[in-house]
Amino acid sequence: MNIFDYLRPATVSEAVAAASEPGSAYLAAGTNLLDLMKGGITRPRRLIDINHLPGLDRIEHLPGGGVRIGALVRNSDLAHDSDLTRRFPAVAEAILSGASAQLRNAATVGGNLLQRTRCSYFYDVASACNKREAGAGCEARGGDTRLHAVLGWSESCIATHPSDFCVPLVAFDAVVEIEGATGRREVPLESFHRLPGDAPERESVLEPGELIVSVRLPAEAAAFSAHARYLKVRERTSYAFAVVSAAAALRIEEATILEARIALGGVALKPWRTRTAEEMLAGARPDLAAFRRAAEAALADAKPSGDNAFKIELARRIVTRALVLAAAGTPERVPALPASPFAPVPGVLLHA
Amino acid sequence: MDDLAPGYPSNILDEDRQGVLGRPLDRVDGPLKVAGKAIYAYEYAGQGKAAYGFIVGAAVATGRILAIDTAETSRLPGVVLIMTHPNVPTHRAYVTSGELPSGQPPYGVGRPFLADGRVRYHGEPVALVVAESFEQARDAAARVKVSYEAGPKPATRVKHEAAHAYAPKDVRGFLETDSSKGDFAGAFAGAPVQIDATYDTPFQNHHALEPHASMAVWQDGAVTLYVAAQLPIDCRDVIADTLQLPPEKVRIICKFVGGGFGSKLRTEADAVLSALAARQLGRPVKIAFTRQQVVVNAAHRTESIQRVRLGAERGGRLIALAHEALEHTSTFDEFAEQTVDATRHLYAAPNRLTTHRLVRLDLPMPGDMRAPGEAIGMLATEQAMDELACAIGLDPIELRIRNEPKVHPETGKPFSTRHLVECYREGAQRFGWDRRPAQPATLRDGRWLVGYGMAASIRSNFMATSQARARLAPDGRLTVQTAMTDIGTGTYTILTQIAAECLGLPVGQVTAEIGDSDLPRSPGSGGSFGAGSSGSAVYYACMTLLDRMARAAGLNDPSLLAIKHGQVSVGGQTMPIDAFMAQYAPQGIEADGEIKPGQEMRDYSQNAYGACFAEVGVDIDSGEPRLRRMLGVFTAGRILNAKTARSQATGGLIWGLSSALHEEGLIDERYGKFMNNDLAGYHVPAHADVVDVDAVFLPEVDDKSNPLKSKGLGELGICGSGAAVANAIYNACGVRVRSYPITLDKLIFDPAFPTPD
Repeated sequence: MNIFDYLRPATVSEAVAAASEPGSAYLAAGTNLLDLMKGGITRPRRLIDINHLPGLDRIEHLPGGGVRIGALVRNSDLAHDSDLTRRFPAVAEAILSGASAQLRNAATVGGNLLQRTRCSYFYDVASACNKREAGAGCEARGGDTRLHAVLGWSESCIATHPSDFCVPLVAFDAVVEIEGATGRREVPLESFHRLPGDAPERESVLEPGELIVSVRLPAEAAAFSAHARYLKVRERTSYAFAVVSAAAALRIEEATILEARIALGGVALKPWRTRTAEEMLAGARPDLAAFRRAAEAALADAKPSGDNAFKIELARRIVTRALVLAAAGTPERVPALPASPFAPVPGVLLHA
Repeated sequence: MDDLAPGYPSNILDEDRQGVLGRPLDRVDGPLKVAGKAIYAYEYAGQGKAAYGFIVGAAVATGRILAIDTAETSRLPGVVLIMTHPNVPTHRAYVTSGELPSGQPPYGVGRPFLADGRVRYHGEPVALVVAESFEQARDAAARVKVSYEAGPKPATRVKHEAAHAYAPKDVRGFLETDSSKGDFAGAFAGAPVQIDATYDTPFQNHHALEPHASMAVWQDGAVTLYVAAQLPIDCRDVIADTLQLPPEKVRIICKFVGGGFGSKLRTEADAVLSALAARQLGRPVKIAFTRQQVVVNAAHRTESIQRVRLGAERGGRLIALAHEALEHTSTFDEFAEQTVDATRHLYAAPNRLTTHRLVRLDLPMPGDMRAPGEAIGMLATEQAMDELACAIGLDPIELRIRNEPKVHPETGKPFSTRHLVECYREGAQRFGWDRRPAQPATLRDGRWLVGYGMAASIRSNFMATSQARARLAPDGRLTVQTAMTDIGTGTYTILTQIAAECLGLPVGQVTAEIGDSDLPRSPGSGGSFGAGSSGSAVYYACMTLLDRMARAAGLNDPSLLAIKHGQVSVGGQTMPIDAFMAQYAPQGIEADGEIKPGQEMRDYSQNAYGACFAEVGVDIDSGEPRLRRMLGVFTAGRILNAKTARSQATGGLIWGLSSALHEEGLIDERYGKFMNNDLAGYHVPAHADVVDVDAVFLPEVDDKSNPLKSKGLGELGICGSGAAVANAIYNACGVRVRSYPITLDKLIFDPAFPTPD
């Protein structure tokens, strides 16, 4: 049996020291890790339970206008923080579109960044998977690939990153604050997750033992609050991973786009920022034609990794729609079906 | 025709004296369930000694086992037994359904596991590891090293094997493989309007809330098996036959079952292997499937390709009707889903043809899933009827009414009751069917393309021999017993209501005891026959009990005794039932009852009916199809409990929605392996998808069905409802998707799909 040690350090430095041993894994809510352990997909030799570490469960609104979100802040607490929803509405919308209410009550910010792909070949330990075992091969290639990556994939891995939360974060230049044996460092979220290349077993830039302590949103991100949306296509109305999702945010003055932010989810092994498309919109009028051109540019490099060509056209449509919705203005309240492209049936209470 | 069976006469249930039957009584077992006090199979305490088994599945789909290396596993701490084909205790050899005597269902015959070195499908049990804890067993199971000589590339899809199709001897329920009447080919060729469409339905996997689980406990050469089973008597017979024991040495306990839907009709590896291992170890053994293991160790729904041809006059009357199904069975046994059966009963047409053909796939045995036959067959035919209605510009309801038969369209038998047209009309009125856009893709609500669709429902009514016992205690408490199950359907509640109505007692004074094979024989839960069969046995037991009460009071005519609200009127005197018992039957009174299928089952075509209506929205950009509202209007004889009946019906409607939009077992064709083995990958509707679903039963009594005058309704709601959703999608966006499930990619890339504006 996979006999593992369970440690509950009292401080961040103790945690980092403990996790420096090979085979260690941090345990926060465990909403992903415990399933992976039960399935034999990961077999950590020691679990470092960080749930009791002090100071990581705070949402700090920084003097300059940014916000620092502790790694242990629960998804629900973050999404219902009124300052956050007001200033970064697309982030709240993305969180509320993920998982279920019960999972959101448990799942943490740090864990969301580090959740593993949902590729079924990764979960099936009898299948070869380069991510699970370096160099083993990728049996997803040529298999059931309808929902796999269309951007940034390699012959070694065609999986996607499943996070909703990370998609607006990457659009807003979020920064990951990391504590390691040699002290603290910061990494832009955009370069935090690694594309598969020929080493898909390395999923992020974290070194052994390094711990995400917080995620910081810069003050500039709040400038988009009037025109920021997250839109998620899923195959049922709630409790489903994105087929394709998009965060779109605009700064508009006098009917002209000053600045645009666009990121895609469900299309690559990382949240996918599309700077070319953003730049095309700067100075443009916020109209459908411009949005369609931007969507075209956003997917210019996309290619199917299997039976998933439809995701490319779908992603174009969703980028366009997200931009249209963003241009129309952030709704006063997060919709009853967060991130859903359609409004709920009037008068019907929904429990997403 | 005057020699037709007369039906069941007027009886005490028609009098509605106690006023309990049919009422929306809350589930009598509800408080136990919400308090966590209802004990399911895996939750029985193992007397402090239970060991835990974990099944190792084959890593190839075809071939044979070369060697099993258990050296490492056997040394692991906690491991107490590793069972593989070389060391499994001798048990019965596999009996295929074709080897059984004609008419004998396969649910009660031996089921060997680990019996030989052949591999028939990916995930087939090749070893059982038993350890002191579940975690030890699971870990050790992962370390068993099995080497295989791989066989040929597995056959995994019906479409690839069509060239090898064959006609089975008969199909599920011992129905005819093919049927024909008149001259289909000639009539179709000459029909002014022709629809010739081919539909396909995917593999579906069972995912009952409670995975299959068992605990076997041996004592003195007899085994008690706590198991998630729908059919306690058949399960007992399987264990007895497999282990070569007399049936009286086997007892099945299944007081609560967390969903069956057909997946727990067959006795599966958890039950057989726990019984074998517990006997060998001399201690209780528990085995539960993980969610992923359910997919290969329980039945799955057949994949099908169905061709439907409708030839009609311009006014809509059907001249020719054909429904031909191609579907699969396994390589080692036969299950032939009766996919075209509903077509034989539903519409009039003088020239008809129905056929079933099978191909063999290297997959686990397909099997029963809610409304086998109708559930997938009507996804095809009820969409084809919509296509015909659109082709001739006729309202789909009017088309169906014009083809409503007066007698069974194949056999000419009378229907016991048939109020299908009333269901259409009532449903149309309640749903606001007159607001349906006549032309597709013409109704918009913001970014929604909105459409309406409808379909007919039909499900055959069955009965099986059933026995029950009723015992009135000296204190006036009534207990009814039968080896029936409550798989979430409400059996405890309806048996309580039937007994309370018969005996004139408040429901609080009545207890139903089920879920134990030592109780009077029952067919169990399956095929929607459970309520009618077990309820009728309870009815007869209670009637005999009343008779004995009257005799105890010295009356020769039982009608002189009447009970209401626990007050017994006898010989002009009224007394509480406990006083009656003290005076006339201080030891208590007991009576048995039995129902057998009578002449009525043969003389009449008995079916439950309904009409399903759906309103959907399809997002014009993403193509996401979503239900906006759904209604089913049904008739199913007397309704025994308005609340549990409605729950069954809405549950069926939702499963229809699920079949239309979501469910699909995905196979990796290279390996013959199901890939979406959990509920993150295998989608069923979430709460947010089920926004506004309602079901209504029109009043009906069917005196040809059984003395309760009820008909089976547990599977009715899924029949046709998925097609109503598909038809609504066509109405919304003008795309006719003939391949289920209807996912967004099948919509937005169709040339007919509206361009986003």
